[in-house]
Amino acid sequence: MSGLDQIFVWIGHRAAGWFPASVQPLVSAVLAIAGVMAVFGTCFALTTLAERKVLGRMQNRFGPNRVGPYGLLQPLADAVKMLTKEDIVPFSADKTLHFLAPLVLTVPVWLAFAVLPFGRNMSAINLDAGILFFFAVGSASELAVFMAGWSSQNKYSLVGAMRAIAQMISYEVPLVLSVVPVLMLAGSLELNDIVAAQGTYTFGGLARWNVFTPWGLAGLILFLIAATAESNRSPFDLPEGESEIIAGFLTEYSGFKYALFFLGEYLGLFAVTGLAVTLFLGGWHAPFQWLEWVPSWFWFAAKFGALIFLFIWVRATLPRLRLDQLLNFSWRFLVPLSLINLLVAAAWYWTGAWKFPVVAPIRWLLCAALIALPYHWLGRALRGAMPPPRKYIYAE
Amino acid sequence: MNGFGIIKGMIETARNFVGSYHDAQRLTTVQYPEQKLPPVENARTIPFLVFDGDDAMAGLRCTACVICEKECPPQCIYIVKDQVKKPDYVGKMQMQPKVFDIDISVCMSCGICVEVCPFDAIKMDQVFELSTGDRFGKLLLDKHQLAKPNDYFVKIHKTEASEIDVRREEDKRKAEAAAAAKAAAPKSPATPGAAK
Ligand code: SF4
Ligand code: SF4
Repeated sequence: MSGLDQIFVWIGHRAAGWFPASVQPLVSAVLAIAGVMAVFGTCFALTTLAERKVLGRMQNRFGPNRVGPYGLLQPLADAVKMLTKEDIVPFSADKTLHFLAPLVLTVPVWLAFAVLPFGRNMSAINLDAGILFFFAVGSASELAVFMAGWSSQNKYSLVGAMRAIAQMISYEVPLVLSVVPVLMLAGSLELNDIVAAQGTYTFGGLARWNVFTPWGLAGLILFLIAATAESNRSPFDLPEGESEIIAGFLTEYSGFKYALFFLGEYLGLFAVTGLAVTLFLGGWHAPFQWLEWVPSWFWFAAKFGALIFLFIWVRATLPRLRLDQLLNFSWRFLVPLSLINLLVAAAWYWTGAWKFPVVAPIRWLLCAALIALPYHWLGRALRGAMPPPRKYIYAE
Repeated sequence: MNGFGIIKGMIETARNFVGSYHDAQRLTTVQYPEQKLPPVENARTIPFLVFDGDDAMAGLRCTACVICEKECPPQCIYIVKDQVKKPDYVGKMQMQPKVFDIDISVCMSCGICVEVCPFDAIKMDQVFELSTGDRFGKLLLDKHQLAKPNDYFVKIHKTEASEIDVRREEDKRKAEAAAAAKAAAPKSPATPGAAK
């Protein structure tokens, strides 16, 4: 088990071993950074292609199929196109901010990968407040987006940036709140501890992932919804709504800077996806005990890929929300629901001490009802709060 | 129940996703450069000048009345009238354009020039593979490049072209009849006094 499982760790150690002991920590840090950047850089290229392919298939099209066999070299063509384009800076733009915005978006996002455990013994650093660090660096993207919108001196950019700020602040709240139950029950802010807490097996070898508990399932769904909004993806892509405000805060960007924004957004998506895997889907643990022999990083990659596919699937399905719908949905639905989810997690914790026959299904159903009923009521209240559908007098 | 609409939608897209791999019927798009669909009759791209007969310049229907030049919203038509007149299809002497240019990089395919032309001389084409690296040389079309025979017009816009052809045949017949009447009656003006 340990050979293939620890292969990357082993390679890292061997490579660092060639250097004198004094610089070894530095070398292994650089190696970890290089590894993460290479893997997720490739991942970015593949995801842009996969996204276009899957979207195409879901809309009964072929998707890109011209460059290379089955269009596999499309990311390369895109990269060449992006890098050779003219870099245009508007005449009246605030040049410094305009230049800095893509960097401010991309650099902190890379930092977020530092705390994610990609496999057994495979996290770049073990911060004991890792999750706090993750959200702290993640929230820098708001700043970058507003810098981009403000410095462009363009009304579409500014409208896009305003939308982005409203959206990101509103969805940051449920994003963090949906994570809190996990922290409560694991009793730690360190991601490795949270993974370890999900590492045991019950009922004939089924893993004890958080997602198999009522609060974990609700938490995962809330987290994924908030993460979609945080990374500006459809159906929450209002800041870039092409049909309304051209490209939002990206309107005045071209060439390499545009590519950097693109990269930053995808990396942000990868980071929250990695976090969702870590917090709710058992991190790098296998789903069944008898599958433990498969390398841990494979499980992380598989869950990660599945979630990315889910994001693409949602994007292919749902239309864009209106701004009032978006904000109502967050403040009247997601935030109360994630607060209630805290109570459900507490109930789950207390009922853990119950001891009588068939306790497990009863406990599960009880806690599920605690979250399902508010879900139903809040949903109905939300629908009541919405303005009635507009009547189109002349279009009938 | 809330949220079931979303699940239903996702099932639908999943069905498309799986279905598009084994059911070629679903993929309605064609692979463009290799496969082409014939354009529908009402498709229109840029204008062209219709001519009758075999000689493009002699048969050009345009009379250089410059109505289209004045009406074109983005002002992409440029006409210079010729000093020499030529007979039109009914034999009347008409102006003809010395220069007739359309900058198709500016043309917005509105078809207004077609609607205002009183001589059925300018019609909408269906060509669309016009991309070129030479923006200034290849996208400014002169009258030689714009002229296309009436047969081509009949081919692409059958309904409209045959209506026009019928009308023009009628005109021609009337004109010929008038000319014949004129030719048959040269004696009467020879005796102007007799009529009175
Ligand atoms: S194309 Fe028609 S409207 Fe334009 S100048 Fe010629 S005859 Fe006149
Ligand atoms: S189609 Fe419209 S824009 Fe084009 S030449 Fe005719 S009038 Fe001008």
